[in-house]
Amino acid sequence: MRGVWTIARKDLQSELRSKEAINASVSFALVILLIFSFAFEPTADETRAISGGLLWIAFAFAGALILNRSFARELQNDCLDAVVASPVSGWELFLGKAIASFLLLLGVELICLPVFSIFYGVNLTKAFWPLLLVLVLGTWALTSLGVTFAALTVNIRLRELMLPLLLYPALSPALMASMTLTTSLLTTGTFAANDQPWFRLLVGFDIIFTTLALMLIEFVLVL
Amino acid sequence: MNEAVLADQVWKFHGDFPALRGVSISAERGSCLALLGRNGAGKTTLLRILAGLSTPSRGDVRILGTAPRLPITRGRAGYLGHGIGIYDELTARENLLHFARLYSVPDKEAAVSKWLERVDLKRVEDGRVREFSRGMRQRLAIARAFVHDPDVLLLDEPFTSLDDRAIALLQNLLRDAFARGCTAVLSTHQLREALELATNVALLDRGKLKFSGPRTQAMLDLPPSIYFETESEG
Repeated sequence: MRGVWTIARKDLQSELRSKEAINASVSFALVILLIFSFAFEPTADETRAISGGLLWIAFAFAGALILNRSFARELQNDCLDAVVASPVSGWELFLGKAIASFLLLLGVELICLPVFSIFYGVNLTKAFWPLLLVLVLGTWALTSLGVTFAALTVNIRLRELMLPLLLYPALSPALMASMTLTTSLLTTGTFAANDQPWFRLLVGFDIIFTTLALMLIEFVLVL
Repeated sequence: MNEAVLADQVWKFHGDFPALRGVSISAERGSCLALLGRNGAGKTTLLRILAGLSTPSRGDVRILGTAPRLPITRGRAGYLGHGIGIYDELTARENLLHFARLYSVPDKEAAVSKWLERVDLKRVEDGRVREFSRGMRQRLAIARAFVHDPDVLLLDEPFTSLDDRAIALLQNLLRDAFARGCTAVLSTHQLREALELATNVALLDRGKLKFSGPRTQAMLDLPPSIYFETESEG
């Protein structure tokens, strides 16, 4: 596990110093939320009913900017070769990068939540802890799949385009679950009775795709 | 078995194109093998396979008797490719510490200080790499490849674009490494620098091994065109 923390620590150190992905991601998420507030009457009940969807669309698009950088950061000076040639295993590299991207993305989401609350007149304190649980599970789904696809597309020319094209269709079950659960929490302050299958789907998605990524990442990195 | 590096009948296909065609080389412990050949001869492909960055389509590769992709093998090898493999946002010390952690170097701080001293970057250890001159970055890359005191060094064009000071530094570090039993395989176009260090030479041409044998004194006096004679063909 030492390799995991070494990779995560280096990625966080690099990003917090350059702030390239964080600044772009926060700005992008805030702009999306602002534009949605123009498109829909923020305080209308209909808007509340789709608030979870609006929030996760912003997070998913903003997340792609952070996920794209996770492996692209290693291209500079051929650092990826130096890391893959070191004794760190493929799964350690994946997990380290996923943890760093997860923390960065969660940070972006926590910055955006109060802004969302103000724009849309939503009281987040009512269901903050359940909402945080959904954010953690949904963000891990986004991160685990996103980092895998980022590794797969790192050496191709149109990687900024390819990552979202691959990521969003494959992520759709987890996105639907996150949106439904978030909408329930924002509208009623608690999970609805029929939310349990969505919760299970989200947990299952996280487990399955994390396991697959850990098993397959070595083949993605060494051809 | 005394071979530190062994490639046996290695083939590598990129699609249908054979980048390596049944190449067999070996390097004994403490020796230095210079891989020579023109651009596209397959030197980088072979070094990447030896470093575990790529897998051979056919054939067998052993580094210190084990497969290159095993973590234990990679922990004993040092690789310096075309890129310098260091992060611009981090400082010189942070870069070396990062790689010392990846290689589980026992006393990381001391090892990093020692290598910063050896490549004469101690006074700028807290400076970010993006602010370094080209020569300083190259010296840091050399320190990065040596920081874990590897038993096998795989160096791809290590002298290319190095200034005179960095060339002398690398040659001295390599001589010290050979003295403690380290083995090196290096690909190069800079014949004089490489042949001064090499104990053996392997000449590749279009993915095939053309010559392999001990380096003789006479080789040093031959013009470079001897080694790259196919350069002028079509």
